[in-house]
Amino acid sequence: MTDITPQEGHDQGHGSAPAKLGYSPVADIPHKPRLTDTDPKAARRAERQVATMFLLSMLLIVLFVVAYVTIDPSSTVYIPVFGDVGASNFALGLTMGGAVFLIGAGAIQWAKKLMPDVEVVQQRHDMQSPRRATAEAAANYERGKEESGFARFTLIRRTLIGALVLFPIPLVVVLRDLWTASPAEAGKSPADLLSETLWTKGSRIVSDGTYLPVKPADLPVGGLVSAVPADLQEVEEAEGNLNARTKAAIILVRMDPEEIRSQQGEGWDYQGILAYSKICTHVGCPIALYEQRTHHLLCPCHQSTFDLADSGNVVFGPAARRMPQLQIGVDEEGYLVAMNDFQEPVGPSFWERG
Amino acid sequence: MTTTSPVEKAGGATATYVDQRIGSNKFLSRNLGKVFPDHWSFMLGEIALYSFIVVLLTGVFLTLWFKPSMAEVVYDGSYVPLKGITMSQAYQSTLDISFDVRGGLLLRQMHHWGALIFIAAMAVHMFRVFFTGAFRKPREFNWLIGVVLTTLGLLAGFSGYSLPDDLLSGTGLQIARGIVQAIPVVGTWAAFLLFDGEFPGTEFISRLYGVHILLIPGLILALVTVHLMLVWTQKHTQFPGPGRTNDNVVGYPLLPIYMAKAGGFFFVVFGIIALVGGLVTINPIWIFGPFTPDQVSAGSQPDWYIGFLDGALRIMPNWETVIFGWTISWNIFIPALIMPGVLFTALGLYPFIEAWVTGDKREHNILDRPRNAPVRTGLGMMAISFYVMLWIGGANDIIATAFDLSINSITLFLRAAIFIVPPIVFIVTRRTCLGLQRRDREKLLHGYESGRILRLPHGEFIEVHQPLSQKDLAVITSKVDHEPLPAPDKADADGVRNKKYRSQSLRHKLSVFFYGANVPKPSAAEIEAGQHHAAHSAEIEAPLHDYEDADEFRRAHGGVLHHPGMAETNIEQQAEEHSGH
Ligand code: HEM
Ligand code: FES
Repeated sequence: MTDITPQEGHDQGHGSAPAKLGYSPVADIPHKPRLTDTDPKAARRAERQVATMFLLSMLLIVLFVVAYVTIDPSSTVYIPVFGDVGASNFALGLTMGGAVFLIGAGAIQWAKKLMPDVEVVQQRHDMQSPRRATAEAAANYERGKEESGFARFTLIRRTLIGALVLFPIPLVVVLRDLWTASPAEAGKSPADLLSETLWTKGSRIVSDGTYLPVKPADLPVGGLVSAVPADLQEVEEAEGNLNARTKAAIILVRMDPEEIRSQQGEGWDYQGILAYSKICTHVGCPIALYEQRTHHLLCPCHQSTFDLADSGNVVFGPAARRMPQLQIGVDEEGYLVAMNDFQEPVGPSFWERG
Repeated sequence: MTTTSPVEKAGGATATYVDQRIGSNKFLSRNLGKVFPDHWSFMLGEIALYSFIVVLLTGVFLTLWFKPSMAEVVYDGSYVPLKGITMSQAYQSTLDISFDVRGGLLLRQMHHWGALIFIAAMAVHMFRVFFTGAFRKPREFNWLIGVVLTTLGLLAGFSGYSLPDDLLSGTGLQIARGIVQAIPVVGTWAAFLLFDGEFPGTEFISRLYGVHILLIPGLILALVTVHLMLVWTQKHTQFPGPGRTNDNVVGYPLLPIYMAKAGGFFFVVFGIIALVGGLVTINPIWIFGPFTPDQVSAGSQPDWYIGFLDGALRIMPNWETVIFGWTISWNIFIPALIMPGVLFTALGLYPFIEAWVTGDKREHNILDRPRNAPVRTGLGMMAISFYVMLWIGGANDIIATAFDLSINSITLFLRAAIFIVPPIVFIVTRRTCLGLQRRDREKLLHGYESGRILRLPHGEFIEVHQPLSQKDLAVITSKVDHEPLPAPDKADADGVRNKKYRSQSLRHKLSVFFYGANVPKPSAAEIEAGQHHAAHSAEIEAPLHDYEDADEFRRAHGGVLHHPGMAETNIEQQAEEHSGH
């Protein structure tokens, strides 16, 4: 071992000693005896403390079982700071948490107070293998290469590599049927499906939740209604999923026709009632924050803001596309209906959208 | 010898039985006395490990009651406000766990709190490793594993959060689907394959379930195992201090101290998670209601670890291009996929980049004090400030309401701040580090300034300086001065053009940037003189005060230090490599 304690005259460059990794000018590891090392009474006290913690832990486990059996899980209690909380959960958490915590606290206290606290020194060893081991490994590799003929049999080597490259293909191919098109989806591409909704000419607009058809008079100026097509419930029943709803959900807003600066098609409103998709064109959150004064529709997810008085154009935020508008009118009974499907895909953009 | 109890005899017999079959005593003989250095910051990794174990345990219990199905049912459990409502089985069974299974809510909340603590502990542990340079040779692999573990932790958390099929988690999935759809070329198909068609479909939750309870935890468990095995064989790094060198480990032996402390700490973490799970509500899914794709609750927030992605999505400008009829959604693709990809890749590669820049190939077992690596510390703080900016973005609506600001101006501010703030943080941090280095140098040269002025008998005023304590001396002198790599020559002595000139020149410049401004450590003689002087001034004052702690300066002989013949500076090492092995 070299002694690398910097020596005078060994200075270099800007007057600093040569850099030594891990140089420590102080060799002695400091150690102060604890009270429990010197005072037997303190040691006994610490022993009692530790044992008490373990005892309390046992007690809490018993209380846990008692709480489990006796407390009705639906009852609540008032606890200051926490408010009204489920009584069962509160008691179970407190007893189990306390019990487990005390085991740990006891063990740590034991280690800190009663086990020797003198730091010891161990040497490290290089991670790198000794030269001999490396040489042996290399020799073994050479022997393997030689004996297998891996280097010589070019044809075998290349065909093996080819086989290994192809071998994962089945594992990838079977993933194709992660999506199996339902009869209604048969023959349509993902892009086709994303571009059509339940709305067609004459679909009645019903308000979401009550599923009652909407008359223009139901909607005051400044009002907003979440709506869906009348056949949605039926379709959901038949398909057993919420897919149709995700695309067909709309909002109806009514404004003074004077205030409508533009819309996506001539006369797509009905007496100032406008229908827009409810699904944000950013990444697809449903939107319902509408400020009637500005006619702005704000998405709560990333705050894209659309101006419904101006073709649903984006006025702020990360969304790139305007909110698609649905052309509406009334049927012979005077209920609001769609005049068509959306003329552009609703919801988030996608590669094939164009 | 001490007496042996019957239990110990049985234990000994068992150990022999096992040893004869698997040779375990060889391992025990080497390892029961293994030394682990102690420092509070080394407990961060332990917290991550223990909370992961708690999450595994509680997760297994949750599987006993949870039903990962999107099939529709009508709720008829004991939570009255939702009675009669149509919902998925996943949501219904989560309600049952919360209201009808005794202890079920505790398990659910422990699982969720455990997950939050798990990911937070990993992140802070990573900061510790970064700022102390613990990722340097030989521990680069463990850094890489750590980065992968953090990523998997985020995925584990997000996949779990999405299982209960409540309104919040469903909206999270809707966003996730929108993000997948934004991947150029394959996005639409990828989304259809993942969800078995359109959103939400009926399959996704059961698919996610396998990923959440098996695939990701399995991977995490495997990687954690390797991570710990590497810590074990490479031995833990240690902070500088008296008696600590690059070639030793100073600390407590595995048996009994470390075992008692670390084992005890597991119970402490477990206990705290159980207490928090019992006392503090997390993710009250019964308030959000079942998922439906056309409703959303305003002001809802994802779990903390997803906040930065949400923020990135929020502050990104709305760029989208259409080329030949194909749509590229930069507004989604960049913040949600490119940004995290670049961030985590840069994180993973950092040790290799730094080693390339410094040319340092030595093993490092003594941790750096962050001030002694100002550029690294600056880069770390810069990355953190970048992350925090995104996080603020993720909370822009909450901040806007709380401080009565406009969301739009916060967003506009962040769009600029994300580029301006991190470099400022870098500069300030680097300067602060250099200032601290200068102060350390002062301390070595003159001792501590005690702030006390003394008037000597002949009328002179001096400020009393006190010599450093042994510990401070050991810690401050642990700084290793490095030289930047030398500037390359355009051609060698024989006029042969240096083909690597450009890369070497870049490396030289970066290395000057990395090391250049460092404040050199005084020489040993200067340190000794300085400390003597301080001791002297303190001695003059000593009769006036009663010093408890007058650690007398003593020039001790340093412990051991280096393998003979091993390169001591990076420059020596470079020279050695050039001269060929
Ligand atoms: C690897 C780390 C893991 C993380 C970070 C994690 C995270 C989460 C989170 C945040 C939730 C939502 C809980 C809620 O508030 O309802 C969850 C749910 C769930 N997790 Fe995990 N989890 C992990 C591992 C596991 C494992 C190993 C299992 C089972 C073997 C499991 C089983 C479950 C189940 C069944 C649920 C749904 C039940 C419910 O939501 O109440 N998890 N997980
Ligand atoms: S989903 Fe509406 S702004 Fe992002």
